[in-house]
Amino acid sequence: MSLAIDLRVPGRVDARFTLEPGEVLAVIGPNGAGKSSLVHALAGTVSAEGSAEMAGTDLLALPAQEREVGMVFQGQLLFPHLTALANVAFGPRSRGVPRAEAEARAQEWLDRFGIGDLSHRRPGELSGGQAQRVAIARALATRPRLLLLDEPLTGLDVKVAMALRIELGRHLSSYDGIAVLVTHDAIDALTIADRVLVLDEGRVAQLGTPEEVSQRPRTEHVARLVGLNVVRDGDTLISFTPQAVAVSLAEPVGSPRLRWQGRVADVSPHGDAVRVLVHAAPDLIADVTPAAATELDLTPDRAVWLSVKQTAVRRYEVGPEEVGTVTP
Amino acid sequence: MRDPLGRPPALLLIPAGLATALLVVPLVAMVAATNWASLPDQLRSEPLRQALWLSLTTATAAALICLVLGLPLAWVLARVDFRFRGVLRALVSVPLVLPPVVAGVALRTTFGRRGLLGEPILDLTGFSFAFTTWGVVLSHVFVSLPFVVIAVEGAFRAAGREYDAAAATLGASRWTTFRRVTVPLAFPGIMAGLVLGWARALGEFGATITFNGNYPGTTQVMPNLIYVTRQSDQDAALALSLVMLLVSVGVLLALRDRWLGTP
Repeated sequence: MSLAIDLRVPGRVDARFTLEPGEVLAVIGPNGAGKSSLVHALAGTVSAEGSAEMAGTDLLALPAQEREVGMVFQGQLLFPHLTALANVAFGPRSRGVPRAEAEARAQEWLDRFGIGDLSHRRPGELSGGQAQRVAIARALATRPRLLLLDEPLTGLDVKVAMALRIELGRHLSSYDGIAVLVTHDAIDALTIADRVLVLDEGRVAQLGTPEEVSQRPRTEHVARLVGLNVVRDGDTLISFTPQAVAVSLAEPVGSPRLRWQGRVADVSPHGDAVRVLVHAAPDLIADVTPAAATELDLTPDRAVWLSVKQTAVRRYEVGPEEVGTVTP
Repeated sequence: MRDPLGRPPALLLIPAGLATALLVVPLVAMVAATNWASLPDQLRSEPLRQALWLSLTTATAAALICLVLGLPLAWVLARVDFRFRGVLRALVSVPLVLPPVVAGVALRTTFGRRGLLGEPILDLTGFSFAFTTWGVVLSHVFVSLPFVVIAVEGAFRAAGREYDAAAATLGASRWTTFRRVTVPLAFPGIMAGLVLGWARALGEFGATITFNGNYPGTTQVMPNLIYVTRQSDQDAALALSLVMLLVSVGVLLALRDRWLGTP
């Protein structure tokens, strides 16, 4: 079952794209890009115009209760008065499964997530990672055709998020429906997803495999997420790593064509290097050695020149399948 | 324990103390003035037992009716978006500020034997609320319902609409969601609202006596009895008041820890 989406939430999101059967789509984009609105519109918890065709039915025409869509909410929204088991059994029971069977099924799901022994606990007695597992199990226990996950790893401890990411990837690869995962973390998008959708100001800025999106980013946001610079150069986009950027105080000699003048906006440690954010047109990041940073006295508001060699950039066309606007 | 922000200012402490005295001293005075020697006899009196029983049963019945009618109204106000919601909430709140005597007059105009609804009801069924125990319950409901609705609406709002959304994505109908999510989450607030409504009904005097008169056994509730007794026998009135005070405080204490949250 594929899912053909053409939906608008006025003022929030306006997106048109198709999802293939069984695929895992990561949705990334800056804050306020409409990621949450998109999944809430698909879940039916936010009203939207347009259509979302799946197996001959338009999801948007159905009330949330009848969409057979599983949703993992940001902040989980586990029912605080119910045990983990009752939370997971809630969906099946609401759909008419007898209590005993629903609870058996819920226990199975909790076991599968490795938290079977916590089934009698209430959400308040669970750790963040455990609660998130219950939330995912609760969404999957209804056997949804479409699984929506709104920032499922946000707010978790880094180690916990790492473990859960691996687990989630395993569950999603064995899940036969379509999954849409909203995230702000490039790692989620690159490791779990089959394809990545980039939203920018409510519109689809890019849709492609993780490799395509990370190597040929079309928006500054994605470039930043994967740690690249992206610049429009005539009809093409060019991307390059922060390491390839040379920083100097004087105008670069040999006048390379790719050079920008700007002021230092931020300086922060980045691994063994120092990452410098420069307000130019557009904003760029450069990695320099700590020694160089000291020597050049790279402090905020210092005027600098940035340059990059032609051989160090990746150049690509802005494809014709372009839907949204690109503002690199 | 010293407050790191400094001593509370006298300008606030003195009025706070006065307020406390104003609330507590009259109750203490009443207890102090009670004639303890004659108390056992007073408590054994038939009119007291009748009135106390009537007060407790009518207040409880009124609270239950407030639950059945008020919970849905509170839910509509908290969860359904419609144009005149603000107007509806204002209308519901009017009895909160209405003098109880006026409420009695209004009830009489509506449910009296010649009332707007009272007359057709009387013609159809031969029954009239006025001057009956049912009339007492009706006037209790009228004055208590706004308390219950406003309190429960607040509890429903605090219970969070997002949980309704979560339940909907799990396939729950709005009725299932109400029953299994909204009400349990709002339960402490619902109980608080009910206790408030029950206490309001227990103390109701003006509307009840205006609408139903004061007939021992059918419409003479405790406040009525206290008022009538006070005109002839001060000691007896004090004894009756003491009983009401104990009942009220007893209920408050019994429910406080279990449902009302803050100790």
